[in-house]
Amino acid sequence: MSSVIYERLRRNPKFDELVQKRGSFAWTLAAIVLIIFYGFFMLIAFSPKMLGQPIAEGSMWAIGYTVELVMFVFFWLLTFVYVRRANGEFDDLTAEIIKEAQKETK
Amino acid sequence: MIKRFTTALALLALSGMAAAAGPALQGDIQTQPTNWHAIIMFIIFVTMTMGITYWAAGRTKSTADFYTAGGGITGFQNGLAIAGDYMSAATLLGLTAMTFSRGYDAYIYMMAFFAGWPIILFLMAERLRNLGRFTFSDITSYRLDPSVRTMAALSSLVVVVFYLIAQMVGAGQLIKLLFGLEYNVAIFAVGILMMVYVTVGGMVATTWVQIIKACLLLFGGTLVLILGFSQFGFSLTTLLQKVTAVHKLGTSIMAPGSLLSDPVTALSLGLGLMFGTAGLPHILMRFFTVGNAKEARKSVLYASGFVGFFFNVIFLMGLVAVLLVGQDPQYFEGGDIKGALIGGGNMVAMHLAHAVGGNLLLGFLAAVAFATILAVVSGLALAGASAIAHDIYARVIRKGECTDKEEIKVSRMATIFLGILAIILGIMFEKMNIAFMVGLAFGVAAAANFPVLILSMYWKGLTTRGALWGGYSGVTSAVLFVVFSKSVWVDVLHNAAPLFPYTQPALFAMPIAFLCAYVFSVTDSSARATKEREAFEDQYVRAQTGFGASGASH
Repeated sequence: MSSVIYERLRRNPKFDELVQKRGSFAWTLAAIVLIIFYGFFMLIAFSPKMLGQPIAEGSMWAIGYTVELVMFVFFWLLTFVYVRRANGEFDDLTAEIIKEAQKETK
Repeated sequence: MIKRFTTALALLALSGMAAAAGPALQGDIQTQPTNWHAIIMFIIFVTMTMGITYWAAGRTKSTADFYTAGGGITGFQNGLAIAGDYMSAATLLGLTAMTFSRGYDAYIYMMAFFAGWPIILFLMAERLRNLGRFTFSDITSYRLDPSVRTMAALSSLVVVVFYLIAQMVGAGQLIKLLFGLEYNVAIFAVGILMMVYVTVGGMVATTWVQIIKACLLLFGGTLVLILGFSQFGFSLTTLLQKVTAVHKLGTSIMAPGSLLSDPVTALSLGLGLMFGTAGLPHILMRFFTVGNAKEARKSVLYASGFVGFFFNVIFLMGLVAVLLVGQDPQYFEGGDIKGALIGGGNMVAMHLAHAVGGNLLLGFLAAVAFATILAVVSGLALAGASAIAHDIYARVIRKGECTDKEEIKVSRMATIFLGILAIILGIMFEKMNIAFMVGLAFGVAAAANFPVLILSMYWKGLTTRGALWGGYSGVTSAVLFVVFSKSVWVDVLHNAAPLFPYTQPALFAMPIAFLCAYVFSVTDSSARATKEREAFEDQYVRAQTGFGASGASH
């Protein structure tokens, strides 16, 4: 029985729109995090000296520390951006799809 | 050799409770004078949480209440609880100690622990919530044979038991240090309190213990930092000028040291921590305690906010400690600031609390550390009990034909069994170097739980045969790599040289699991496999829309 309604959800063109939009958004953000994260780890492995340099002449702030502090904030902002869009736009779209599929039953 | 040793050291300092169990705390630890401030504050904590457990008992009627608090936890509460699960006593003690001695390297580890969270949010949180009910095995066996559930439950238990041993031994050592109690007394106290929280109050009580502890930990850490940092006018520049002037590493304290200079170790560590987090059963279980995908996403947002904030607090605490603890002879054996810290390397955070707030703040922070251990073992015990009672007993043995009442009874028995097992193993492993256990737990989580879980959610082609091969090869290879590495082969079994040269299994064990899962799925031409591939369609629609997902029961 539930299979029928899943079939109906699936056929709705909005379903493809949801999957496509949310999927590409999520994967883009994930790729950003993974590239920065593993890129940073490779920097640590291959040029640790550079990361120890100050960001400006005479400053106490090292490049590595500054970059990582920015990463903490940036990664968290990405989660914020994702949650906002997923809980708003994507969930509204999902609700529409479910509503339309249930309407057909009646 | 030295490099590998320091990497291993750093790992224990970090991973879970291993810090408290690592070499710094191994061997003969002097039992400290009884710390009454700490004991009184801890008793207040226990009384409060027992009250909550009593209240929670009244709300624990169905299996859903017991395992997932009826799905009635809000995103914010769950975010705090996840942060609580993730920030163990080792985070507080091990990472401040590591910052104190090695500076920037500790900050790198914090990033590795942190970066898994955005990935869990983007790729997993929503599907987990939409497909799962009580355990993550619900998801892996959604369209596959029950034998996959058995496999997932067994590898969950492996993770839980290794993690529990590490926590118990760490707890015993730590409590001996902080409270001046005997090791065995500490083990029994932790084991028994854990059994009471979980059997009586289920997930509701466990969640609230976790939330209270997370608040105390955030508050305590931040307070110590504010008091300490104020002495330097809250200026990082001033602080760093003074730190680099006195620390033995000098200006290179803010540069990466030798810890991760080997790219293979760096990569393997990054993979292991990132995907290990995404395969820990007690963390995954938390996603089922909220009502829907919206709240699940919010949980990660709040959790990662708290975790990220706390890591930064800890790093600064470690730097402040370099001056306030590292330059004060009263915290060193024999008053020699070039010698060993009183109580061992992991006492940095505690000494700092004493330096900025006297005995009262020291007692408070010690009580928080004890509360932290209790909360983490409770979460683990509940995850283990659900694997035994829900997955193995109710679903596989009884084939779903058992009442809620019976299932809860079995989970309570399973909790008591795990509690007793934890006490026995805790006592057995007291004198052993158990540093490898957390590494093993993370290794199995990353190499067995994670690959099967992610493939079952994303890949239509996964069949029962592939999942079983992937899961079992992941567990086996992760365990073997750890056993053959230096931390077991040399340090525990006393062989001359390790058979496996790296300390981190993830980079090697994860590809084995993925490859086996892939090869044995695509070559599976049985009728069952065809059905399983067809069944992906419905699962996929449910994963995307949440339609048919189990909702909140109240």
